[in-house]
Amino acid sequence: MISKATLELVKVTKQFGSTTAVDGIDLKIPSGSYCCLLGPSGCGKTSTLRMIAGHESVTAGDILVGANNVTDLPPAGRNTAMMFQSYALFPHLSVIDNVAFALKMRGVSKEERHAEARKLLALVDMQAYEQRLPAQLSGGQQQRVALARALITKPQILLLDEPLSALDPFLRLRMRAELKRLQRELGITFIHVTHGQDEAMALADIVVLMNAGKIEQQGSPREIFNHPKTEFAAKFIGGHAVIRIGDETLAVRNDRLILNAPSAGVSGPFIAGTITEVEYQGTFIRVSIAGEGGTDLAAELSENDFDQTGYGVGDRVLVTWNAANAHVLGAHPFATVSTAGAA
Amino acid sequence: MIEDRKSLIAWLQAGPMMLVFVAFFLLPLVFVVIVSAWDYNEYEMLPALSFRGYSDTFEGCIAQLPELCTILKTYAKTVKLCFLTWVITLVVGFTIAYFLAFHVRSKTWQIVLSLLCTIPFWTSNVIRMIAWVPLLGRNGLVNQGLIDLGLIKVPVEWLLFSEFSVVLAFVHLFTFFMVVPIFNSMIRIDPKLVEAAYDAGATGFQTLVNIIIPLAKPGIVIGSIFVITIVMGDFVTIGVMGGQQIASAGKIIETRLNALQFPAAAANAVILLGITIVIISALTRLVDIRKEL
Repeated sequence: MISKATLELVKVTKQFGSTTAVDGIDLKIPSGSYCCLLGPSGCGKTSTLRMIAGHESVTAGDILVGANNVTDLPPAGRNTAMMFQSYALFPHLSVIDNVAFALKMRGVSKEERHAEARKLLALVDMQAYEQRLPAQLSGGQQQRVALARALITKPQILLLDEPLSALDPFLRLRMRAELKRLQRELGITFIHVTHGQDEAMALADIVVLMNAGKIEQQGSPREIFNHPKTEFAAKFIGGHAVIRIGDETLAVRNDRLILNAPSAGVSGPFIAGTITEVEYQGTFIRVSIAGEGGTDLAAELSENDFDQTGYGVGDRVLVTWNAANAHVLGAHPFATVSTAGAA
Repeated sequence: MIEDRKSLIAWLQAGPMMLVFVAFFLLPLVFVVIVSAWDYNEYEMLPALSFRGYSDTFEGCIAQLPELCTILKTYAKTVKLCFLTWVITLVVGFTIAYFLAFHVRSKTWQIVLSLLCTIPFWTSNVIRMIAWVPLLGRNGLVNQGLIDLGLIKVPVEWLLFSEFSVVLAFVHLFTFFMVVPIFNSMIRIDPKLVEAAYDAGATGFQTLVNIIIPLAKPGIVIGSIFVITIVMGDFVTIGVMGGQQIASAGKIIETRLNALQFPAAAANAVILLGITIVIISALTRLVDIRKEL
């Protein structure tokens, strides 16, 4: 028996009436990896997750878990489990009965399923609350229970629909670390839908960046951050200056931009502009520049570098970059749709 | 000082409802209970403590045991009709509410279909009952149809003026009282819960039993209270649809009133109230409706 399985999407399409939510995507996620589906709202990431879960029918294409084609199987037959955005805990059942629900549906005896549920509650550190009702728990506790409930069927793939969005920022960071720990310990695949690039960068082994129903770019967070392939990718992942020089569009990390005095001799391309704002950010200083020709930039300088220049608001500067740090961005893979989608 | 004013305002706010409640519910009820313990003769009631209303009602019942006397049979029949009506309105009402809440997706259609359910209420109770007569009568549509189809040779007698027609009319009249509270409970169920149950491998029936019914319980209990209280006290429907041949608790009270035996009528009202309270409190044991209101 194979306990871990690769997830593969082949030309998966989802249409709602005449609108295409997911447009023929291909995706392969190795077993045991943490994958984040990242993108703005309406990009098709949640529809993709729901199709993998079996809660949304697939208009065209196939979904494979390991060697099995699960495209037309019900959710429970796919070896996946879903954790819902608002957790969807059963309000009339105690914590332990919520966790044991899937086993009850399979006809497992009460003693057995409660014993199993207690193991999972221990995994998420919620043993002390087994008799409580969901309404008597905090948001973070509810999420732990929802996790335990999803994991009780021993799924190979856990699907998480914006799992951290309902939590306050402090709790979000804690649960984020917890999710990563759980995934590492269980060794199963997590597929996590989010619109927060920081969340995706912190958690994922593989980031799948989606836009307008297509996959814009996929790879490790470092790959995407250091080598964004499209303008959309560079803008969405953040921390990049997108610069147009002639026919070419370049992406340069904000912390690789170099500020020069107007009098300095500059070789190669540059953008001239005026400093509009200087913000101290602790580990760096952000210098906002209104460039000529409408290119707004936000250079990030270390405290030392900034102190050496002595720039202030209103000063004119020439922004340059090391050619090795500039990536030429590809034309959009679906240029006609993207201008609207990415704007 | 401020505390006093606050409590005065609170009393003023609750006051009007309290007065209406006392004047139109509590006071008449107290009168009924008092009168039920009065004495009476053939044409007037005598304001003296006596339990003749009760003892007359159950005259000879103990001697007849284990055979049920007429009055006990009548109460048993009332409970039986009530139970049948309750079961059928519950099943039909639950099904309609389920359809409206989970199968009709758009709010507009939910409202349109709910209003459609209220159309029968545009005419009076009695007219709605009488409308059954040409349908169920000896030479009614149903009998004619069955004869024409060759399914029966002689008209079926039990269609009209029978327990069947009484329960049929009750179901027709009161299913809507079941639909509304159950529907109201059901639309408050998060559709994500149904999805979560499906994700956990629950079949449709398991979801119904484990998720929908427990969460719709408050509506089920409230609808049941409506139906049970109305049917237990009914005498019009039983009279019209039973061809004045079926006795019920309500009809006993009516008969006693017509005979001007007010204490006896009041005694029967108190007994009926007692039985209804027992049934309702047994139901509310199942679920704490105060939590849901």
